[in-house]
Amino acid sequence: MHDTAVLMANPKFTTWSPVCCSDIGWNFHNFLCSKLLSDTSVIQFYPSKFVLITDILDTFGNLVYERIFSMCVGDRSVLPDNFSPENVNDTARETCLNWFFKIASIRELIPRFYVEASILKCNKFLSKMGISECLPRLTCMIRGIGDPLVSVYARAYLCRVGMEVAPHLKESLNKNFFDFLLTFKQIHGDTVQNHLAVQGVELSSYLPLYSPAMDWIFQCISYRAPENLLTEMMERCKKLGNNALLLNSVMSAFRAEFIATRSLDFIGMIKECSEAGFPKHLLFRSLGLNLALADPPEGDRLQILNEAWKVITKLKNPQDYIDCAEVWAEYTCRHFTKREVNTVLADIIKHMTPDRAFEDSYPQLQSIIKKVIAHFHDFSVLFSVEKFLPFLDMFQKESVRVEVCKCIMEVFIKHQHEPTKDPVILNALLHVCKTMHDSVNALTLEDEKRTLACLISGFVKMVSFGRDFEQQLSFYVEARSMFCNLEPVLVQLIHSVSRLAMETRKVMKGNHSRKTAAFVRACVAYCFITIPSLVGIFTRLNLYLLAGQVALANQCLSQADAFFKAAISLIPEVPKTINIDGKMRPSEPFLLEFLCNFFSTLLIVPDHPEHGVLFLVRELLNVIQDYTWEDTSDDRIRIYTYVLHLLSAMSQETYLYHVDKVDSNDSLYGGDSKFLAENNKLCETVMAQILEHLRALAKDEALKRQSLLGLSFFNSILAHGDLRNNRLNQLSVNLWHLAQRHGYADTRTMVKTLEYIKKQGEQPDMTHLTELALRLPLQTRT
Amino acid sequence: MARSGCAVGTVSWPISSLSMVNTLYTAAGRPGKGVHVEMLSGVVVISGKDPVQHQGLSLTVEGTVNLQLSAKSVGVFEAFYNSVKPIQIINSTIEMVKPGKFPSGKTEIPFEFPLHVKGNKVLYETYHGVFVNIQYTLRCDMKRSLLAKDLTKTCEFIVHSAPQKGKLTPSPVDFAITPETLQNVKERALLPKFLVRGHLNSTNCVITQPLTGELVVESSEAAVRSIELQLVRVETCGCAEGYARDATEIQNIQIADGDVCRGLSVPIYMVFPRLFTCPTLETTNFKVEFEVNVVVLLQGDHLITENFPLKLCRM
Repeated sequence: MHDTAVLMANPKFTTWSPVCCSDIGWNFHNFLCSKLLSDTSVIQFYPSKFVLITDILDTFGNLVYERIFSMCVGDRSVLPDNFSPENVNDTARETCLNWFFKIASIRELIPRFYVEASILKCNKFLSKMGISECLPRLTCMIRGIGDPLVSVYARAYLCRVGMEVAPHLKESLNKNFFDFLLTFKQIHGDTVQNHLAVQGVELSSYLPLYSPAMDWIFQCISYRAPENLLTEMMERCKKLGNNALLLNSVMSAFRAEFIATRSLDFIGMIKECSEAGFPKHLLFRSLGLNLALADPPEGDRLQILNEAWKVITKLKNPQDYIDCAEVWAEYTCRHFTKREVNTVLADIIKHMTPDRAFEDSYPQLQSIIKKVIAHFHDFSVLFSVEKFLPFLDMFQKESVRVEVCKCIMEVFIKHQHEPTKDPVILNALLHVCKTMHDSVNALTLEDEKRTLACLISGFVKMVSFGRDFEQQLSFYVEARSMFCNLEPVLVQLIHSVSRLAMETRKVMKGNHSRKTAAFVRACVAYCFITIPSLVGIFTRLNLYLLAGQVALANQCLSQADAFFKAAISLIPEVPKTINIDGKMRPSEPFLLEFLCNFFSTLLIVPDHPEHGVLFLVRELLNVIQDYTWEDTSDDRIRIYTYVLHLLSAMSQETYLYHVDKVDSNDSLYGGDSKFLAENNKLCETVMAQILEHLRALAKDEALKRQSLLGLSFFNSILAHGDLRNNRLNQLSVNLWHLAQRHGYADTRTMVKTLEYIKKQGEQPDMTHLTELALRLPLQTRT
Repeated sequence: MARSGCAVGTVSWPISSLSMVNTLYTAAGRPGKGVHVEMLSGVVVISGKDPVQHQGLSLTVEGTVNLQLSAKSVGVFEAFYNSVKPIQIINSTIEMVKPGKFPSGKTEIPFEFPLHVKGNKVLYETYHGVFVNIQYTLRCDMKRSLLAKDLTKTCEFIVHSAPQKGKLTPSPVDFAITPETLQNVKERALLPKFLVRGHLNSTNCVITQPLTGELVVESSEAAVRSIELQLVRVETCGCAEGYARDATEIQNIQIADGDVCRGLSVPIYMVFPRLFTCPTLETTNFKVEFEVNVVVLLQGDHLITENFPLKLCRM
């Protein structure tokens, strides 16, 4: 066999190079390749070698077919795919025949077989019956191959080619199977045993080498095969001694339903197999895989589990054991109650704990957990499985542990629809969540943090103690201390507590008793001390506002003041740019949005008796004044305009909206003239600021901005101001002119504005608007 | 006997003409559908860039039996000198085109050539052997003026005898090989025990059909290494000193590799190779016969051979 050794050494011979291969070249090449398949000098490599070489042979077969096919294509006509041999021209037929003659003269049996099988399809060029005559002949030819391993792979190849070329020809598949059974005894014969002894290969590692080829043959046969054929095949397998190998292939190839209904028979047969041959744990694994796919008869189920587990539990090697247990866990979870699952889990723990065997089997253990939680959606049942938590304790490597926790939480969030207060669930899941939370460190990726936070928040949302609000609050307090490193969870907690306060208000229908008032204040206090621990500045601002509103709604006025003050004092810290989804963006639009929101809340906040009139508004204005705004933007002026709107609303006799049971400034002051004067003074200050800014814009590059701002200020005055006031009236006329002065005004907007004013003037009490309209000329562009 | 023939092959070669311009000429025969009785048909193709002046185009058919004496039978010296004179079966010429000129481009001239044998000779089937060769050639000659070389193109054509009428009577043979049935054994006691049984479906074979049969290794003490079918030709040449008979291998086909399963029949199947086989031939001067050997190779280099003479015919 020295030539094959040379071939193996030279990779050129095992790779296929289709470029410029003449017919003879192809032939020669393949001859060499297929010759390799008769060499079993290193048995363990045979299956891989088979794959490698049959791949080359397939390419070869296709190339020959294509080439002959292309010969049939005349100048005009193209051969249809389902051509008949009569349409094939002489040259093509002659070439095809030449191939077959050439192959028939190959001396060695195995190369001759493989090359002929690889071009089986070419028989279509010669005659209609070609393939159906050829297949049985090739099947018989395999009988000449002495080595059982080589012969079973040859059969697998023939079945594969046969299924590809003529899937309707089932007989030769069956013949292959029965021939194989006839030669089965050879595996245990002297020749093979000597061969194994020479190579130093154990029988238990030799037999599994057969499985891929046998599985393939069995699968080909059982594909859409009638029930009685399968039964017959099984009966014949039963009759042979040492049939573990056969059983395994039957189980992996036949329909799962077929196997499942005969599970007890199979278990019986597996038990009878000798210890020395095919590894038993592989057999039980195969059976378990079938049972995971199809259900055995109702009555047999428990017996099957008992019988199977009796054997599995005796497996010594933890790796073998867990491979089986993993598969059988599915069956157990699917058909049995928590009691059986508990037993199984306990058994697994018992097997995997000694010598820390679990460390090598995390994937299998993880898959078992997944199967268990996939079948036990009810977490109260799941956690009442005593061994579930001890099972979780086997995941001692942190990354795996967190993965498992994530799985559990995902299933919980997916399947838990009702809020729960079950102490068992809460306890266990808090533990799980804590594990996830504690895995977060400086190196954790943002994405991972987001996932974890999302899962924990989902859990927090699912916890409800019903009317026991105090218990609920104490849960939130506990949760805060547990999950302090994940900001989104804290945010969720603040929202949940706010919601709790509002729920209380709803229950009390707005009239808090002493007790509930204290409770609500506790909620508010919770928010107040939690918010500063957050990092995101706008998160904090918005939460202050939200919590302030909640406090206000619950008549906690001083607490509300505290929130608003905190918000105001936080504004100077807002940076110029903030990071949103990894990109730096200017923060002003967000600030503007927040302030608008804030103003509308400030309208209803009553003044503190000890502070001056409108002290919150004043403080806010001071902060806005001191804040460093972008030079190029007019946001500050826009905010001032909004302040004007606020002040205008505040000077009304009754405000647009109120909070139930809270007296706003309108009822506090009752339209007191002193209050109004203060209000007016503030207005004037703000307007002075705006006008100053407008003046500063009187530069060439800013004229357009000046015009726009002027117009918007005009509109604000129109909407909120009392134009019967002469000074205001004059100011608006001036603004109108300012807007048009440099020709930047949009004529259509101006015309529409004017039309609106005229229309408003037609209403009673609004005649001064008609007069105003007369004083507003439209500038024609020349 | 009715025969059909065909000529296959194409060869081209460059010729430098007097004008020193390299021009390419091709003369080739094309396989024709030789359905006529003893008629060879085909096409001669003349192609060239320029018009070709010529002194006539003719076709010649030649068929000979070449006999070679093997050194083993008659000795090296005689084998070298005394090779038997070739037997000419057919040799005839026809003129296709009178002297003239072929236009430039491709000219195709179809032809039909009646195969008339010399005297009472028989048109044997084409056969390529070691000591006997039966070969037929078709030659096309283009005569040209003194200054230009003549053009010649030769190709072999295959002669198959027409299928015999009637039905072949199959002659199945059963065989069983044991140490006892063997001849030519030195130490019968050293032989391992074995029993190989089998049968050939027929020793009268149609040359276009494979040789078939079955073989079973019922038992064998030693492991089987290989089982092969050896196709052998037996050529006999008559000569002055009597005759020389030589058996040589044509091909060897393995039908079993390794220690085959006991009691499981292994198919015997062999396709007869073309050219190297012909229907069994027996004439006054020479004979061509065929045999098959079933060769069983056992572990320990025991070689067991069983011989079966075959009779081939074309049906």
